[in-house]
Amino acid sequence: MAKPYAKLPGWVDYGLIPLVNLAVAFAVSGLVVLLVGENPLRAAVLMVEGAFSTGDGIGYTLFYATNFIFTGLCVAVAFHCGLFNIGGEGQAYVGGLGVAIGALTFGAALPWWINLPIATLLAAAMGALWALIPAYLQAKRGSHIVITTIMFNFIAASLMVWLLVGMLKPAGLMAPETRRFADGAVLPRLDWLIEMFGFTIRSAPFNITFLLALASAYGVWVLIWRTRLGYEIRTMGFSPTAAKYAGINQTRIIVITMMISGALAGMMALNPVMGAQNRLQLDFVTGAGFVGIAVALMGRSHPAGIIPAAILFGMLYQGGAEIAFEMPAISRDMIVIIQGLVILFAGALEHMFRPAISAFFGRIATSEMKAAPATTGETH
Amino acid sequence: MAEYAIELEGINKSFGPVRANRDIELRVERGTIHGIIGENGAGKSTLMSILYGFYQADSGKIKVNGETVTINTPNHAIDLGIGMVHQHFMLVENFTVLENVMLGAEGAQLLRGGISHARGELERLEHEYSLDVDPDGIIQELPVGLQQRVEILKALYRGAEILILDEPTGVLTPAEADHLFRILKQLKEQGKTIVLITHKLREIMAVTDNVSVMRQGTMVATRRTADTSVEELAELMVGRRVLLRVEKGEPTVGETKLRVESLTVKDSRGVTMVDNVSLDVRAGEIVGIAGVAGNGQSHLIEAITGIRRAQTGRVLLDGEPIGVTGEADPNLLRHRGLAHVPEDRHHMGLVLAFEENENAILGYHDDDKYLSGPMLNIAAIRADAEKKITKYDIRPPNPRLKTANFSGGNQQKIVLAREMERDPIVLIVGQPTRGVDVGAIEFIHKRIIEMRDQGKAVLLVSVELDEIRSLSDRILVMFAGRIVGERTPDATEGELGLLMAGVEGDKAEAAE
Amino acid sequence: MDYFSTIILVLDSTVRLSVPLLFASLAGLYSERSGVFDIGLEGKMLAGAFAGGAAAAVVGSAWIGLAAAVAISIFFALVHGFASITHRGNQIVSGVAINFIAAGSTIILGQAWFRQGGRTPALPSDGSRFTEIKLPFADTVRDVPVFGPIYSELISGHSILVYLAFLTVPFTWWVLFRTRFGLRLRAVGENPAAVDTAGISVTWLRYRAVILAGVLCGFAGAYLSVAQNAGFVKDMTAGKGFIALAALIFAKWRPVNVMLACLLFGFLDAVAIRFSGIRIPAVGEVPPQFMQALPYILTVVLLAGFIGKAIPPKAGGQPYVKER
Repeated sequence: MAKPYAKLPGWVDYGLIPLVNLAVAFAVSGLVVLLVGENPLRAAVLMVEGAFSTGDGIGYTLFYATNFIFTGLCVAVAFHCGLFNIGGEGQAYVGGLGVAIGALTFGAALPWWINLPIATLLAAAMGALWALIPAYLQAKRGSHIVITTIMFNFIAASLMVWLLVGMLKPAGLMAPETRRFADGAVLPRLDWLIEMFGFTIRSAPFNITFLLALASAYGVWVLIWRTRLGYEIRTMGFSPTAAKYAGINQTRIIVITMMISGALAGMMALNPVMGAQNRLQLDFVTGAGFVGIAVALMGRSHPAGIIPAAILFGMLYQGGAEIAFEMPAISRDMIVIIQGLVILFAGALEHMFRPAISAFFGRIATSEMKAAPATTGETH
Repeated sequence: MAEYAIELEGINKSFGPVRANRDIELRVERGTIHGIIGENGAGKSTLMSILYGFYQADSGKIKVNGETVTINTPNHAIDLGIGMVHQHFMLVENFTVLENVMLGAEGAQLLRGGISHARGELERLEHEYSLDVDPDGIIQELPVGLQQRVEILKALYRGAEILILDEPTGVLTPAEADHLFRILKQLKEQGKTIVLITHKLREIMAVTDNVSVMRQGTMVATRRTADTSVEELAELMVGRRVLLRVEKGEPTVGETKLRVESLTVKDSRGVTMVDNVSLDVRAGEIVGIAGVAGNGQSHLIEAITGIRRAQTGRVLLDGEPIGVTGEADPNLLRHRGLAHVPEDRHHMGLVLAFEENENAILGYHDDDKYLSGPMLNIAAIRADAEKKITKYDIRPPNPRLKTANFSGGNQQKIVLAREMERDPIVLIVGQPTRGVDVGAIEFIHKRIIEMRDQGKAVLLVSVELDEIRSLSDRILVMFAGRIVGERTPDATEGELGLLMAGVEGDKAEAAE
Repeated sequence: MDYFSTIILVLDSTVRLSVPLLFASLAGLYSERSGVFDIGLEGKMLAGAFAGGAAAAVVGSAWIGLAAAVAISIFFALVHGFASITHRGNQIVSGVAINFIAAGSTIILGQAWFRQGGRTPALPSDGSRFTEIKLPFADTVRDVPVFGPIYSELISGHSILVYLAFLTVPFTWWVLFRTRFGLRLRAVGENPAAVDTAGISVTWLRYRAVILAGVLCGFAGAYLSVAQNAGFVKDMTAGKGFIALAALIFAKWRPVNVMLACLLFGFLDAVAIRFSGIRIPAVGEVPPQFMQALPYILTVVLLAGFIGKAIPPKAGGQPYVKER
């Protein structure tokens, strides 16, 4: 028998189809802009200008992108194991608690380059811990992880409010937040990186966490495609029965994968908490955990796709704030719509344009095959 | 009224590049049982799904009772008096028999009237065709044979005059199958037309009036059953003489390598699937387990290989217990010399989305050979895959190709290469040639015998009796979770068939 | 303190708080019983609340508000259907998308159209809002001990939507178990192939279920912005869609159980509001955050299988593909 389905060239599968989906998502967002009485093209120009024309614009874009790389990796790692972790938001939130504990304890005593690894470990540990219970319940008792992670987002929100209005709040302060971290717990900026390209940066909190995010992306690639654990995760993700046959311990893999996923979400907290606000505040995650879903879908769960997708969303986030000055009807909440549309078109409707594109390339492939008969696919 | 209940003319159907049906011509006489025979994947089920409106043909004409019709949905088919009993039952498992029979033919918007009407009608049908089923029984609590009756009742309830049965005996014991055939004959006497799809020659000979043979998507011949023979049909089906006996010498039997003692396995619902089974497999022999699908063979293999927990009993591998009731781990067992070619290669033996080379290490992925520390040794893995591809003639010879893009036979070779090349002590093989093309079957059978001749202990499970008889040195028959008899390979088909139907060993001998 | 009147007050607010949960949860019931998971209840309810508040404010009619809420909610339901039924996309992903699209667009459009920080204009009680209905004799029997307050305070004095919500429960039961549509709906959620081969369109059946979910989410949204409150406030659902989902799981996809679960979660909420900061002997002060988190915690405990087992419809979450 021949191959059951025409195979698309890699660049179509991983390049063209996501781009088409993305283009449609943006086109629909444009309609919303029209609906509020603004010119979508001008909005797009303003957005790109706001994100990339100044050093601060670029700095903010990459600052937000840092968050989204972490949360995108978080969702992607779970996807590879066949798990849908919607709990990145909560895991990141609780990760902030880890950062704060480290920073408040050692901030005054130790320099940043010791505080960073300590805070990273604590953030990752807290995020992993928050993913552990849903993971365990999925692995051992079959509780649907989508539902439990959603529930844990809400539980995290309640927990953090309780802590921040209670024991974490210094006496005499009105706002529900911790005290400011000492200088040792403030992460160095990466202004030099932007300045290398001839821009100047003033206020953007673009910091060293960005490099940590890039390193994490590389780490995730190695983990998934180059380690035994990654092999086991992918086996589990594609076929739980094959994993069982291969003697892969399902409970162990689900729990470990989710803990890695949660740890990546938790590490996201470093960027805003230690890199920008220098204290733990309410709602500092601001939906980045959910943006991770869009980023992972758009990046097709591959770090090489996740990084550009995260930068794109960073641009939307920063550019969206800039547009608001010129077009008061449009605020940063526009990104929530775009994010939803990207999830819709790149996720739930990812196959909508596929048949048409397949048919197009199928025709090309057939004509090529006639020219040079393929030797593949023939049985024995 | 026309002479033919169904006429198909020039039917074509493709799925992507695969041509499932080409230029099919078929005429089914009214009031007869018409068999359609062919190997797995010959296109029989596709053809019948077209007739039932489940798929639409790309081209061709369908006539029912002499009139040209278009059947776009199952509803059209039902309106034309066509009913279908699917291979996999189309029943809602947590519904009652009555609810299932009613579904789609409820009568009115409200159920109340429909329920009493359906109950009366069902009782009449059950009586008329002696198809006893409790209307209030829940489907998932009924045995398979009864579930099939519900399917037949569903079709009759909808007024079917033409009944299509797709591989109806695959899940039945020979006794249940015989009962089914009696029902079919009775339906024929009542004037119904029956189309029976099967790949079993015995059934065709036993029950049909006419038979059509399909091969690789084409209709190759139609015969009166009385005017043909098993040999002719087999040849038409396969396209050349079937290799009934595999060339093999006498076994050189050594000591016991696999011993199963009083093994009992329950499924997730607590039903006993393997009931106090004991068996031995010695080095250098092939022990075949025959039986109708679903009699506990799968659970037995899964328990021995550590995939499924057993409730009681012991299994010894090369004299050492393997803890099947507790800590047995497929991975550890593999490293102790227990290789396993699973029955279901699509879901268990392979990850179809993986590249070929990734599947070539599945289960052995923790071997130092393929690792450097926690990392995979990609170069070693690919080199290893290349070697196996050459040795097992896996085509296309590309270790980086997605496994889903290999044919059934080549996929099976990927699994065999992986399991056999590890030089195991014991080899467990389930359904080695299911969904595999003829040429590959020969290759696979030869490899299994080579393993025996190298002194491996081989345990073979297959629902194909021919395969069991031609490969095994000893045959065990499994029925309802128990081993009901042991025979030599020269036991007759009839004798084995009786055992498979649950007739006790001594009675089976007496019956011979 | 008069314990009895406190109890009546808490129960009264329990009823009010459970209504949106009840509508949304029953919406989910139709969808999920048909085999389409719906975590977009929150988004549909939110969009409905916005459309309801906006339309009622502009037109000045509560009923128009309700109609607008239902219409927009059906629109989102159809998007979900288009993605998960027609294109066989991932139902969870589609639901997540709808939640975000609704969350973002209600804020953007609200700000653009009304410029009140995401609010819609406050609705006066002149017909542009569903007001409380006084049942017959509510005043007469008020002074009858026990029964009087129960009737006049607890049973009487709610808006029409409240009564409608509780009537939807037996109605849903009846549809599910006494009509042809219900039989087919339950069947398609368990084994769509059986429905397909019986000559019934799986697609159309599931679309109808999803549309019903849209209708009920519209009611839930309208209740929030046109009955319970006088207008839309941004993010006014505040996770109620997820609590409704939790209630649905808690109720094991059964209509009467859904009502009980929604009342339980409504009660927890009412207690949290009423008793925040009050010390309970031996326990100490129960933080309001704990009460808010309790429905989620209970659902996790249920999902963990410690109180019965929640088995979803068998075909739930899987797009239907004809087998070859």
